[in-house]
Amino acid sequence: MTMTVIWTGMVVLSILCGLATGRGPAVASAAVEGASAAVELALSIAGMLCLWTGVMEVMRQSGLADKLSKLLEPALRRLFPQAVRDREAMDSISANVSANLLGLGSAATPFGLQAARRLARNSPGVASDSLCMLVVCNTASIQLIPTTVASVRAAQGCAAPFDILPAVWLASTLSVGAGIAACKLFSLLWRD
Amino acid sequence: MELFFTMLVPLTIAVIALYAAGRRVDVYSALVRGAGSGLETLVKIIPALIGLMTAVYMLRASGALELLAAALAPVLDRLGLPLELLPLMLVRPVSGSAALGVGAEIISTYGPDSDLGRTAAVMLGSTETTFYTIAVYFGAVGITKTRYAVPAALCADLTGFLASAWAVKVCFG
Repeated sequence: MTMTVIWTGMVVLSILCGLATGRGPAVASAAVEGASAAVELALSIAGMLCLWTGVMEVMRQSGLADKLSKLLEPALRRLFPQAVRDREAMDSISANVSANLLGLGSAATPFGLQAARRLARNSPGVASDSLCMLVVCNTASIQLIPTTVASVRAAQGCAAPFDILPAVWLASTLSVGAGIAACKLFSLLWRD
Repeated sequence: MELFFTMLVPLTIAVIALYAAGRRVDVYSALVRGAGSGLETLVKIIPALIGLMTAVYMLRASGALELLAAALAPVLDRLGLPLELLPLMLVRPVSGSAALGVGAEIISTYGPDSDLGRTAAVMLGSTETTFYTIAVYFGAVGITKTRYAVPAALCADLTGFLASAWAVKVCFG
């Protein structure tokens, strides 16, 4: 329903605003351009995107994600102090984070939800500090190789679509760091 | 260093293939199966992409975004965020498909190797669809009191946007 409100709102607002600013005809032609642009975009990135999901599947089957998950666990214990003694929750959390790092989005969500269910057991209906941390970590992007956006750049004729990697890593680290810091700070200050 | 990032794609693919082959994975079948699932995902997002890009194109043509950008110009300017990227920052937390559409449009308008094109790409690569993720997680475990999850997640998004603009300046001078 939320998307219904947003989408309908966008369409109505554009017509009203277009008429008010005298750009009605431009809005009308945009209304028929958007749909074909969407299909063109999807087609232009299809090849590279599917190549990467193929490589990701090879990586998943090789067990690399499990290895990474074991490596991450000590660091994650510090982020989830209340869940440290819950073996099952910690395993799901590290599987979720390692899948996110490797860009295995479809594998990350089931692990994340499993972890969330486990963390929510003791406080039904209310988000605990650990659950907030898990959700915030999942709303920040920690994907090491941003394949979708690289596919878009390649489709636009970029010779080195991955030259943004250092900048992406820098921005991701700061963003997820800010999310974690905000969680830790709010967990001390928040009054329900 | 530049050569390293240019060669990163083929090298990554080769290393993963060798490692997996060493672990007796049927690399080629896995690759083809994974590519097939990528195509399925893509087909699944096309309908959303069609709906949202239509609305975003209309909104952009109507001048509404420019009015909003003009209103927010002093704030954005002070933060060092380019006005042209406002539509991307507005849709990013709400819809992944819409953000991809808007981002692709910016990248094609200004060029993938322009500062604006790069910043848009870095923003897309370093942030997530915040509200969607929150809805999925809290919905799945029946949480109604989300406490500070939304403000904390938005802190991360805002930092991601600011850091993207800054990181492109640092990395590409």
